[in-house]
Amino acid sequence: MYENPDGVMIGLEVHVQLNKLKTKVFCGCTTDYHNDPPNSHVCPVCLGLPGALPVINKRAVEAAIKVGLALNCKVEEHTQFYRKNYYYPDLPKGFQITQYDFPISSGGYITIEGEDGEHRVGITRAHMEEDPGRLVHEGTIDKSKYTLIDYNRSGMALLEVVSDPDMRSPKEARRYLDKLRNILEYLDVFDGNLEGALRVDANISIMGGQRAEIKNISSHKGAERALLYEIVRQKNVLRRGGVVVLETRHFDEAREITMSMRSKEEAHDYRYFPEPDLVPLKISGWAPAIKATLPDLPDAWRLLFVEQYGITDEQAKALTSDIRLAKFYQMVVQNRDIKFAQLAADWMSNVLKGELNYRSQTFKVFSEQEAPKCWACGEKMVPSDRYLFDWNGILINDLDTFKKLKEYLMNNYGAFWVNNAPIEKDDAGRTIKISVENYSISLILDDTKNKVIVKFYKGGTYSLSLKKVNDRLNICEDIFYCNNCGASRDKNTTFIIKVEKPSVPEAEISLIDMLKALDFFENNKISEDDVLKIMRTILQKQIPKEFDVEKVDKIVKEEGLKKVEGNIVEAAALEAINENPQAVADYKAGKEKALNSLVGAVMKKTKGGADARTAREVLLGKLG
Amino acid sequence: MIAKKDLEHMGWLARLELSEEDKEKYTPRLNSVLDYFGELDEVDTEDVEPTYHILPMNNVFRDDEVNVPAKPLTQEEALSNAPKKQDGFFKAPRMM
Ligand SMILES: [Zn+2]
Ligand SMILES: [Zn+2]
Repeated sequence: MYENPDGVMIGLEVHVQLNKLKTKVFCGCTTDYHNDPPNSHVCPVCLGLPGALPVINKRAVEAAIKVGLALNCKVEEHTQFYRKNYYYPDLPKGFQITQYDFPISSGGYITIEGEDGEHRVGITRAHMEEDPGRLVHEGTIDKSKYTLIDYNRSGMALLEVVSDPDMRSPKEARRYLDKLRNILEYLDVFDGNLEGALRVDANISIMGGQRAEIKNISSHKGAERALLYEIVRQKNVLRRGGVVVLETRHFDEAREITMSMRSKEEAHDYRYFPEPDLVPLKISGWAPAIKATLPDLPDAWRLLFVEQYGITDEQAKALTSDIRLAKFYQMVVQNRDIKFAQLAADWMSNVLKGELNYRSQTFKVFSEQEAPKCWACGEKMVPSDRYLFDWNGILINDLDTFKKLKEYLMNNYGAFWVNNAPIEKDDAGRTIKISVENYSISLILDDTKNKVIVKFYKGGTYSLSLKKVNDRLNICEDIFYCNNCGASRDKNTTFIIKVEKPSVPEAEISLIDMLKALDFFENNKISEDDVLKIMRTILQKQIPKEFDVEKVDKIVKEEGLKKVEGNIVEAAALEAINENPQAVADYKAGKEKALNSLVGAVMKKTKGGADARTAREVLLGKLG
Repeated sequence: MIAKKDLEHMGWLARLELSEEDKEKYTPRLNSVLDYFGELDEVDTEDVEPTYHILPMNNVFRDDEVNVPAKPLTQEEALSNAPKKQDGFFKAPRMM
């Protein structure tokens, strides 16, 4: 039981951008504005020009319901929008379209790892609204003379997620934010890596006193620091015999302090009234339909990982703390056995995640919203595709097509077991299945969506695109392509490592890199230290793409890591010989079987990863 | 009843500068408007559902398609009515 000695009560209001939508909430302007000049993605609606009429984005409503359901909320069947009236330069209409008395969802909760174990934080409401524009202050906010305004952000779909004051420490607040972000990313409605994606206002009181509202927090770490500062400040006020006053304070991220806004203390007078330009939403029936298609959330993935791959709950928790890491792990182990899955879990939950945290790096997966820059020339790449094989070729048992399909699965997903596996088809010719023993891959045709779903048994699901050309069903892989120089990059199997500092280039780690490094280790070709060295090298420097296919090989060669292979087995063999004089004597006396116990000793010393044949050869060499 | 200080507050909320003369003139006028609307209070609405919207419509949606129904403005067009601008931004006095 956590005693909460200072009587801390924290409630958070989190503004979440539904930035996986293609367009803003009330107009067709794109949400892909992050790298573009100010005021270049605006229209009469999001600029608030007279006479412009908003029309709501259907997918924004669906996304809001998804989030409501995932946060265990009650979803309203009838809901509507209001005008919240106030003047501020980021709000060109003089009002914000938001919700008031029937927010789309309310009364839910999030479970976090609290100070004393599992802790439930209530969700008061999660309502829809439009994002204001972005203000750029010249100089600091309290000194600048002018405000510059960019309305590219204006009209982005926002959810304001308001919690109950259930958090009892800054650490719990941070865990709540981590969990919320993680849930939103699993729902595929939100990309937390984009600038301005998540903004936090925090309410905090101690000892049953008045609360201070802290504005302008833009990161999880920032929230924790602002709250820590605020607890100390409020304690000092009380110690000096003062009283904490109800006020709004501004968090200065650089100085890590909160400052009183000292605004003219007027009661909020927003004069809410129903938005006459938007008709009400009657959405009974939507929530049950959406609930049926809700993806698995982090806690469900965690249980699945423990069950399928036999890893520890602690490892599964770390791996599922970010959906990108979870998917990467799934991809790495889906074609391998349990032993490899456990080895990979150890490296990825522990070392890789630790290295990323240490460098303030995060995984990033590129989407249509933010295509990557070209690795060769720096131009922005565009989504495109690459031809793989003709579906009909599989149906008529064309051997060349079989080969193309298998090569794709081996080279891109490391599914080497498919090499000698039979290919089966269902009678309708809509499902192709390749399987041996514990592994299988199904390819399922979905021509309503022009897609082929690739499903790994006990693994991930990926999609390929389908193009009908005359009587051919061309199956293509989604890639990013550079129109400027012709370079390309895989979409499914490369993970980009994003660094928080914009000055540091992004690194990338591919499925094949990860598999190769772990394979080298598992087969005892490199040591534990060397795996770490490989990971650090990949994370630290951007290695030119021309070497990319053999990135790990190149590092191994350049750093001279491979020599270690011989050394490890060699050293283990020497030790085994010195420590087992009886076995050596027996062998020399002609007992062939005595060699087996020496091989066993070498295997043990190399943590079971050594190749038994190599160990035997090295031992034979030494025993002469 | 609206008093002069209520009018001043409303003026401030709407960022309108009201002269003494304006205030004297508009306070009674607004009161007569309110009186007129007050007549609605006499209607018995005991069993009437609250009206949130006057149109007999709901669920008007837009698909999530970029630049539909209209293309965005260019930066130049967007800024063409701005009294002050700088480096592609609108420029406004500091608000605090
Ligand atoms: Zn717009
Ligand atoms: Zn290029």
